[in-house]
Amino acid sequence: MINLNVNGKTQQIDADPATPLLYVLRDHLQLDGAKFGCGLGQCGACTVLVEGRAVLSCVTPISTLGERRVTTLEGLGTPDKPGRMQRAFIAEQAAQCGYCIPGMIMQAQALLEANPRPSPAEIRKHMSPNLCRCGTHMRILRAVERAAREP
Amino acid sequence: MRPLVALGIVAACAACAAPDPVPPSAAPARASFDRALIAKGAQLAAIGNCQVCHTAAGGKSFAGGRPLETPFGTMYGTNITPDPDTGIGGWSEEAFSRALREGVDREGRHLYPVFPYEYYTRLTDEDIKALYAYIATREPVRAQNRPHELRPPYNVRALVGVWKTLYFERGAFQPDRARSAPWNRGAYLVGALGHCSACHTPRNFLGAEKKSERFSGGEAEGWHGPALNALSPSPLPWYAEQLFKYLRTGLDDLHAIAAGPMEPVVRNLARVPEDEVRAMAVYLEALAGQPSEERRKKAEAALALAKTAQRGEGRGAELYAGACGACHDQGRAASSGGALHLALGTVMTIPTSSNLLRITLEGIAPPEGEPGRAMPGFASALTDGQVRDLMAYIREHFGRAPAWNDVDDELKKIREGRK
Repeated sequence: MINLNVNGKTQQIDADPATPLLYVLRDHLQLDGAKFGCGLGQCGACTVLVEGRAVLSCVTPISTLGERRVTTLEGLGTPDKPGRMQRAFIAEQAAQCGYCIPGMIMQAQALLEANPRPSPAEIRKHMSPNLCRCGTHMRILRAVERAAREP
Repeated sequence: MRPLVALGIVAACAACAAPDPVPPSAAPARASFDRALIAKGAQLAAIGNCQVCHTAAGGKSFAGGRPLETPFGTMYGTNITPDPDTGIGGWSEEAFSRALREGVDREGRHLYPVFPYEYYTRLTDEDIKALYAYIATREPVRAQNRPHELRPPYNVRALVGVWKTLYFERGAFQPDRARSAPWNRGAYLVGALGHCSACHTPRNFLGAEKKSERFSGGEAEGWHGPALNALSPSPLPWYAEQLFKYLRTGLDDLHAIAAGPMEPVVRNLARVPEDEVRAMAVYLEALAGQPSEERRKKAEAALALAKTAQRGEGRGAELYAGACGACHDQGRAASSGGALHLALGTVMTIPTSSNLLRITLEGIAPPEGEPGRAMPGFASALTDGQVRDLMAYIREHFGRAPAWNDVDDELKKIREGRK
């Protein structure tokens, strides 16, 4: 059994230590905010936070986590009470198909935790590992800027 | 103290040799240059990698400002656009040629050898003419040069004169009549214009090439430039066709992907005439020579390892399986999610852990906004202890070599953002 600290709760997981965090989140903990996109660390759909920093959960074995805090989309807010970044993405209608959006939100959250007032250039650079096939990039960028303006 | 003593001994003879300035001249009009000559200059400048050091990230082309970290401090690429006040707009072709051949600027000051005149000194007259035509017809940009940040005594520019007395050899390229035309062209492009040796040859405490160890592996901006001669650490020998593919595309299925300072090099070589890159490949294949029997056996063992799923045990093996195996166990194919099998990679077998650590922590990414292969960095995902376990495993299992003893130092450097 491996203990994981996810969204502030300690969870006991019965899985191989090499199992990617993404599978455990979705299949063991029913936290399906993080998405399986490529499984190769190329698209960013599976992005979660580890100690506040963006990590690709599809290539992060659970054995690496120890007591470090994992935060998923569900840890930022609920449908009834969305968090600041989630509100900004809703306000800007940043989702088209929506598949990349949880990863985008977590990547953006990591940016604001490290740099609360990023410049547009810093936002672009930081968000560049996350892919969106629908082409809502401009709305996503606006959403991140909006979240940075909100108190 | 050694550098100071050495510099002191020969300081006197350098002081007497300050070169004269070349009088400033009005920048020649664009129309005064032949268009074909400008186009040739563009290709030569790409092989010479001029733009890389003379352009800041996100800055205007050739306007300078790019930091280059050296063992002596941080140097900044200068503005070589034809702006008369802040660039080299006042440089005649004579002044330009002298800078390339002798490492002296128009005003007569010695240039630091970070500007690779050690190699450019062997450029032909025609090539210098073409380079001048190209550079003199770029868009002039007004941008003051940023002063270098060098530690004493290296900040004393006159001492470069001493350095030159000790190490700089002026000279022309000498073709080898016994060799083929492509080999000779390759020797010229690799040795003079491309200045490959600058990063692939070890240097002494004053930053001069150890000439007896040419192409035995060097260093650039925190990366190791692997040996290109018979000491090549590549598990599989490189053949000309593979070298060509790598230099042209940044990728060869059985060897490597270009990363670090090599990445902009291959990006430039992608847009020069194919024959030029083929010539470089011919020369580099010959430079490494025929693989020895022992080398061939090692290559067979590496290929065999790349075909098995055998993984070893322990914490490092477990980390590899979860973080790396999904891509690297597949091996690389033309268009798949797979990545190079680590048994075939050179960074596992070089004498330092720096390259593997940088790739592991920072990943590989094309420049912003450009297409290219990417590997995610694991700096946020892995703790230092986990990185150490992973390095130990990869080095032993895939590199089949004794453990690196520089992992702690290199890891600290990279975590602190140093080169």
